[in-house]
Amino acid sequence: MSDRIKHILLPLLVFVGAGFVWQLFSLLGGWRTGVFPTPLQVAVSMWGLIANGTLLKHTVASLFRVTVGFYLAVLLGIPLGMILGWWKTGQLAFNSVIQFLRPISPLAWIPLTMLWFGIGDKPAVFLIFLSSFFPLVVSTVVSVNHVNSTYLRVAANFNLSKVETFTKIIFPAILPAILPALRISVGIAWVVVVAAEMIAVKSGLGYLILDSRNALRMDFVMDAMAVIGLIGIGLDRMISQLNKIESVSWGAH
Amino acid sequence: MGHVLIQALSKSYTEKRRKSRRGNGNGGFQRGENLPVLDTIDLEFANGELVCILGPSGCGKSTLVRILAGFEKCSSGSVLIDGKEVCGPSSDHVFVFQHSGLLPWLTVWENVSLGVRKMKEKERMAELVEQNIDIVGLTGFEHLYPHQLSGGMQRRAELARALVVNPGILFMDEPFAGLDFLTRLNLREEIINMHILIRKTIIFITHDIDEALIMGDRLVVFSERPAKVKLGLPLDFPHPRDFSKNQSLSDLRKEIYSVLGVHYAL
Repeated sequence: MSDRIKHILLPLLVFVGAGFVWQLFSLLGGWRTGVFPTPLQVAVSMWGLIANGTLLKHTVASLFRVTVGFYLAVLLGIPLGMILGWWKTGQLAFNSVIQFLRPISPLAWIPLTMLWFGIGDKPAVFLIFLSSFFPLVVSTVVSVNHVNSTYLRVAANFNLSKVETFTKIIFPAILPAILPALRISVGIAWVVVVAAEMIAVKSGLGYLILDSRNALRMDFVMDAMAVIGLIGIGLDRMISQLNKIESVSWGAH
Repeated sequence: MGHVLIQALSKSYTEKRRKSRRGNGNGGFQRGENLPVLDTIDLEFANGELVCILGPSGCGKSTLVRILAGFEKCSSGSVLIDGKEVCGPSSDHVFVFQHSGLLPWLTVWENVSLGVRKMKEKERMAELVEQNIDIVGLTGFEHLYPHQLSGGMQRRAELARALVVNPGILFMDEPFAGLDFLTRLNLREEIINMHILIRKTIIFITHDIDEALIMGDRLVVFSERPAKVKLGLPLDFPHPRDFSKNQSLSDLRKEIYSVLGVHYAL
């Protein structure tokens, strides 16, 4: 069996197997199918949601929020991390407050967020931003601290300016270490969007779950869960594609 | 240009925290313990000399070249290069690092062009880069990344990067560390030939006695840490040097082995 087929076939087999187990549990578990739908029911209802456009609408809404929140976190978090990693006094000054804010779950911010931003996309985007921002800042600081000192000496030796050292040495040097951080934080962002959408909005996969629960449609709940899982895989794959760029993947050698 | 004058240079590191060696009961930390590395070094190298600095591992050879290159400050004494005090790194004094100093996210071409990136005439710049890649025999490998090259090719690329800025002095800190023996021998010969061609001051750190004797115009032997100059002498032997054919070279080799405390190696 070629490697390529293996990479597709083996996970697929496990998925099919899991489907069987699921089917068994829902048949033999003693629950009503309305409470614990079978895979087939879920597939059929998903087809319905796809056909009438509901699923697409909610998925796009969630992806939009994650994209905006995550990009904001990347665009602010990585430069801030680079500055703090380089500027030791700043690092000393700000590290404690970052470490203080980091373990506070984004969900704890929900009440404040709703008061500050009202309803709509803004509170959700802000929560996603919070969830990714601190992990990104912290891992960027750490990776700047670990940049091989030889590279900095090379920069000094060839008279690179401060700005050049930042853009041509430090930034590319931390990329391989930043990539796993991006993967982890986009994962967190995707987890948080569902929670964020259970408040204050009327669209998104999180809203679909909440709304379906209120309507006692567990098959729709599972549809949304399945899409969340699939997109989670997709986002992770998308970011790991960056690893294929030679100037990013050098750290792996 | 590349005249180097080192006067009464000393360096010691202050260890911020170090466990007290003496069991003085509290087992605590002592602050500010001094670790002398270089002890009143006086040396002078003429312009265009290939100087081999030899010494036991960890004796402070690397510290000396890092100070000469401006990466570190000395604790006392002075370093004058062409009559001017060294006050920081400069592209006139280029360093070839112990383990590859190539930037791994750049191709060979991009690495080599680092020192001439600001050149206005791009054609002239490309010409210079290609010319130096050619000198080290890497034509055809310009667009590969460092990890795609063998260890020897990586050192050549780094050498090309250093040569491209036409520096007054080249510092080479054990540039052959980690290379296999044959590659080492080949690179040795290439550096000798290159040096004859360009006649730049090269300060070459090694712990290989034969290598130092075969390559150097001048030999400096350091003691154990804190390093003092044990021996400093010119090596006026014609290239290629052969221990079996040149009795005085062979005698000198024996002497250096014994200066470094080895009596059984021959």
